[in-house]
Amino acid sequence: MIVSKSLLLGLVGVLTLAVACGGGSGSSSAAGSSSASASGQCAGTTQASQANNVTAIVVDGGPLGNYSDAAFADVTLCVPGTSNCQTIGHVLVDTGSEGLRILSSAADIAGSPLSLSLTQELVNGSPVVECAQFLSFVTWGPVVMTDVKIAGETASDVPIQLVGLSGFPDVPLACTNAGTPAETVGGDNGLGSNGILGIGPFPNDCGAGCTEPGAANPGLYYTCATNPCQVLTLSGQSQEVQNPVSSFPKDNNGTIVELPALPAAGAASVSGALVFGIGTQSNNGLNGATILTLDKETLDFTTSFKGVSYSGSFIDSGSNGLFFLTTAITGIPECKDENDFYCPASTEALTATNLGVNGDSKATSFSVANFDNLNGNFNAFNDMAGPNAGSGGTGPSFDWGLPFFFGCNVFTGIETTTAAPYFAY
Amino acid sequence: MGWRLRKLPAGLLVLALSGSVWAELGGGLNSVQADQAQLQAKRQVLQAEGYSVHEMQAPSGTVVREYASPAGTVFGVTWNGPFIPDLRQLLGAQHFAEFQQAQQSRRPGRHPIDIEQPGLVVQMSGRPRSFHGRAYVPGLIPQGVEAAAIR
Repeated sequence: MIVSKSLLLGLVGVLTLAVACGGGSGSSSAAGSSSASASGQCAGTTQASQANNVTAIVVDGGPLGNYSDAAFADVTLCVPGTSNCQTIGHVLVDTGSEGLRILSSAADIAGSPLSLSLTQELVNGSPVVECAQFLSFVTWGPVVMTDVKIAGETASDVPIQLVGLSGFPDVPLACTNAGTPAETVGGDNGLGSNGILGIGPFPNDCGAGCTEPGAANPGLYYTCATNPCQVLTLSGQSQEVQNPVSSFPKDNNGTIVELPALPAAGAASVSGALVFGIGTQSNNGLNGATILTLDKETLDFTTSFKGVSYSGSFIDSGSNGLFFLTTAITGIPECKDENDFYCPASTEALTATNLGVNGDSKATSFSVANFDNLNGNFNAFNDMAGPNAGSGGTGPSFDWGLPFFFGCNVFTGIETTTAAPYFAY
Repeated sequence: MGWRLRKLPAGLLVLALSGSVWAELGGGLNSVQADQAQLQAKRQVLQAEGYSVHEMQAPSGTVVREYASPAGTVFGVTWNGPFIPDLRQLLGAQHFAEFQQAQQSRRPGRHPIDIEQPGLVVQMSGRPRSFHGRAYVPGLIPQGVEAAAIR
């Protein structure tokens, strides 16, 4: 009898330990708070210290101090092969897109305007301009060749996008028909950041489509040597704006975003780490994280919530909230004056399970706070949430934005010819 | 393939770029059925209780569905695929302008689009190369048909 009791106690002790692993490390864990971590059971929760493949990230409201739940990093651009460089701060760390895009109006970390002479990419002699599509805006601007340096990693002579209309004012109708061009940090249609560091699961920003001739070409790339600009058929995918990580000579198969857990009320500023490479160095092993492979076309996976499966889910550090389902499904009301966010009467603690195309699954605990009651002086919240009606084939789904990342190290595995794209945590 | 000017029965002029013309939200289906021959786009029609769904896939991969009343009025559209379709064409000039207007005063942040106005609903989700969206005019949904059917 006594032996059985102590076995039972031992089991309980082990379970408690497993849950606490999701609670994060360091000073940001709140004692006794069950919502200290957005993800209840993550394999890794500590942040790597400074190294060649590690760069600092910060969640601090952005260059204008008004951008909640966005993580930023510094990126250095150099005229290829030279030490003529500028470092741009507050570039959005984005696992939901691919490619480095810098606002031509951004200032560097010393406050000086971007003044590097970066040559425009040429395709069959034609200088390239791109209209890249995002969910609520497009980015329009020239594709230029640059060295990209982050921490001790360098992508040499790769295509990035400079965003802004001043040099290329005649935006094609096909571009604005997909969305409104973002061209500034602030104001209407402002990005809220100095640029976007797209480090998602694809190696470039268009795949095979932009190399196809004729109607099969989605028409993202143009040359504006003529007026109007003409759609370009690229010769190869290497001419597309690249996921900078894919272009590193090493530590180039993916990344880890490492952010600490937050107190229930949030925080004004949080520091973390962005690690390059998965399983390439002693500081970037999977260490028991569950790999969820993604659909190779859509990058989607499935989320099960209260017994119902929803396809079309994805993990996106560039989304500034946990956006999932609808009021009709969850019973959580939208905020009266801001229907992009939920406003439950009190914070709700929920659980869901994510299922990869490979058949592996991982549970996730998360919280939904009343958006209107969030502390206006804070910039980081693990429970900022809203609806995601989705549809267009998939219906409502889960957009696991930055709140998912607090207290949970998230791996993004980049697709190769042999490896499927994946997220792991 | 190429540019082609086409005159519609109502006297409207439509610029038909192969593979990228759909009926606009609130418009009639007639124009699209007439253009189908030139489009080289796969088209399926599904009949449901009280409405029909006309599905087309653009050559670049995105699937567009148009939901039409028995009288042939398009009351809802959805899109699903790697690239955003021509929203001005899909929503029509008026609804497209309403859509752009509704996005003006947003705080910085990337999140799903959820525009719910009495005369227009536009909801979009996804990320680059994986967009899911729908738009409909609440007042045009036929009797007995749920908005949830538009997906």
